[in-house]
Amino acid sequence: MAARKLNLKERYSLLTRDLDWEYSYRDKKEIFPYEDFEGIKITDWSKWEDPFRLTMDAYWKYQAEKEKKLYAIFDAFAQNNGQQNVTDARYINAIKVFLTGVSPLEYQAYSGYAHVGRQFSGVGARTACQMQSIDELRHVQTQVHAMSHYNKFFDGFQDFSHMHDRVWYLSVPKSFFDDARSAGPFEFMVAISFSFEYVLTNLLFVPFMSGAAYNGDMATVTFGFSAQSDEARHMTLGLEVIKFLLEQHPDNVPIVQRWIDKWFWRGTRLLAIVAMMMDYMLPNRVMSWKEAWEVYFEEAGGALFKDLARYGIEMPKYAATAIAEKDHISHQTWSTFYNYGHAAAFHTWMPDEKEMDWLSEKYPDTFDKYYRPRFEHWREKEQAGERFYNPTLPMLCNTCQIPMGFTEMDDPSLIAYRQSVYQGERYNFCSDGCKDIFDHEPEKYVQSWLPVHQIYQGNCGGADIEKVLSEYYRINMGKDNLDFHGSPDEARWNAWHNLESAEERLKKAG
Amino acid sequence: MTIEIKTSTIQPIRNTFAHIERRFGDKPASRYQEASYDLAPTTNFHYRPLWDPERELYDPGRTAIDMEDWYAFRDPRQYYYGSYVQARAKLQEITESNYAFFTRRDLASRLPGAAREKIVRCLLPLRHLEMGANMNNVFGSAYGIGTVLTQAFLYNGMDRLGIAQYLSRIGLILDGNSGDTLKAAKTSWMEDPLWQDLRRYVEDVLAQKDWFEVFVAQDVVLDTLVYDIFYRQFDDAMTDAGAGDLAMLIEFMQEWHKETSRWVDSVIKTAVAESDANREQIAAWVADWKQQALAALGPLAAEAVGPDAINASAEVLNKRLAKAGL
Repeated sequence: MAARKLNLKERYSLLTRDLDWEYSYRDKKEIFPYEDFEGIKITDWSKWEDPFRLTMDAYWKYQAEKEKKLYAIFDAFAQNNGQQNVTDARYINAIKVFLTGVSPLEYQAYSGYAHVGRQFSGVGARTACQMQSIDELRHVQTQVHAMSHYNKFFDGFQDFSHMHDRVWYLSVPKSFFDDARSAGPFEFMVAISFSFEYVLTNLLFVPFMSGAAYNGDMATVTFGFSAQSDEARHMTLGLEVIKFLLEQHPDNVPIVQRWIDKWFWRGTRLLAIVAMMMDYMLPNRVMSWKEAWEVYFEEAGGALFKDLARYGIEMPKYAATAIAEKDHISHQTWSTFYNYGHAAAFHTWMPDEKEMDWLSEKYPDTFDKYYRPRFEHWREKEQAGERFYNPTLPMLCNTCQIPMGFTEMDDPSLIAYRQSVYQGERYNFCSDGCKDIFDHEPEKYVQSWLPVHQIYQGNCGGADIEKVLSEYYRINMGKDNLDFHGSPDEARWNAWHNLESAEERLKKAG
Repeated sequence: MTIEIKTSTIQPIRNTFAHIERRFGDKPASRYQEASYDLAPTTNFHYRPLWDPERELYDPGRTAIDMEDWYAFRDPRQYYYGSYVQARAKLQEITESNYAFFTRRDLASRLPGAAREKIVRCLLPLRHLEMGANMNNVFGSAYGIGTVLTQAFLYNGMDRLGIAQYLSRIGLILDGNSGDTLKAAKTSWMEDPLWQDLRRYVEDVLAQKDWFEVFVAQDVVLDTLVYDIFYRQFDDAMTDAGAGDLAMLIEFMQEWHKETSRWVDSVIKTAVAESDANREQIAAWVADWKQQALAALGPLAAEAVGPDAINASAEVLNKRLAKAGL
């Protein structure tokens, strides 16, 4: 019997979509209890278009090939002491931020997609989410393995998961993902699949990987290339989700718009750390944060939202504020971390003269006017042996949890400061965007675990800040924290390169 | 003489991550350890889930089972993502070559008519059961605690989707890609009285809220019986009926079950050994689900294999439970 030819869509449908059935012994709502409470209306799950049609046999095969290549390079990297080949030991601090701040989000993504990968009643969406779940597990594990070798030679990586649950600045990424995961399943998808993976991934994942490529970090960049095809799948899922929700029912449009507004703003706040990484932490710079923002949000994002206009979706609220911030955000964030460099598990430093000139060139309207004088002052103090550290604890924004250090965009000498009162208590915010998010769901955001409040309430091991840092956070004081200059990282790096330098050896021999 | 390449050695400042060192001591760690232990968040959650406001994200209270250390569970296969996909890719390659051989030699046409009918009626509907098993294991991954356990649930969940797809391909091989056998199998699953108690069991498990109970009902009780009936006894019966070539198409399921059982046994054993309370709770679940599973599978086993089949499989389950301390 000659077998009929099945096209990809038919075949995928028979092998996946057709596995589902209509329950008759239990109510569907008992099996999928979370689909209704957000007000999203799904009239017909069968209209879901599978964003990629990958059966498990093909998945195992492709992914195993990728893993084999990836681990071969990790092995070679470790065997050849690849950590010596990065541009400069300052660079390592960028990937400390990544392992402590971003990799744990991959873990949360794994859990979040497992949750929706169980809870959607549409089999197509469920299966796509499951595949993203296992991909995200791949990403956290391969990132840990990529950084594992650096952990053996540099300080600050060693307690990444303990720190992610506790350290003040890590509550920014943690609360971001807690927020998405504690939301309903559809908001989670708009938050992570669409706003994060589709709209903002080129501003988060990509800058770290490009930074690795530009700075000789073979382990991280190889991970980046290996994850690229996974990320492409995640992006197509993000776009399918948004189209599906908007096409299912007109009542979904305003709900989705509100989520886009919220998650765009939540996302841009999270990206402040990427902005500072790009402008300050990469010895060999890829492009400025401002340039990246213009290419990936203003151009690419602009085109996307033009395309979504036919569904009645508009540019995210506060996009204009975020666009204005591109000239300031990296400088203000780096200033904050420089201030609190004694309380961070990575090193900070002042840019050298050449780096300041680069910043002047990339930020002609703002750097020399607002930031260079401050940085030069700090540099002078450091040279005089009085490296500035801010001994107070900062007030945090109740929504994004970033210290209140961002300014008004029309007056960069004035800290932006917003307030709301809820049930007699006053709450503080860094921006209109963060205040809006709180005002819409105050009962959610009053729960924020704000690190500074928690310290003052005695929940982090008492009133002695040194003890909070060393015992509750498990920062190795004098090793993980403080300025790069004078750190053990710097000393080791110099020792390696003096020993290794052929020039030095020749000099001695001569 | 041996060749000796000189390399520079640089003394590392530590052997592994601090949380791995706290568990296993100050020595180099395996990739499995670094990928699996103490990876999940445990404290300082910001917001209660809107979909479960009584609990936190990563809340151990989503099961009645209690563990002092959730990382006490072990996966004897030591699967992290990389080792998992590589093991499955190997098994997949063998399966692909089996399926290609079966198709190329048109072995479907050599199946006796009665055997072919039996495969359609008694084996293919299991693709729906595997979809339920997929969801039940992803459930454990979403709400379980500790990466050592939750990652294994996800691997199992994806495996079940793969098995459902292989079962569907068996149907497509038999019907020349018309999809008629899959339609017939679905009708059996939905309407044939022979299958209804099993479908009810699967739907009942899907409606449970305690993820460890779901694990017991699905991976321990139901899978032990189903894999023994359909992939051991039914395979033998088919061979006797002149349809031994079927073995080529279900080798994946057999190998998979052998391997996965090592993990399932270890999970049950660890939970039971932890405390009397755990043992009693698990024993109660087992008793409850076993009774339902045996009742649901009895007529099916009789039809697929013969009147004694269900008792033989019950014996296999009992032995397994006894080994786990139940």
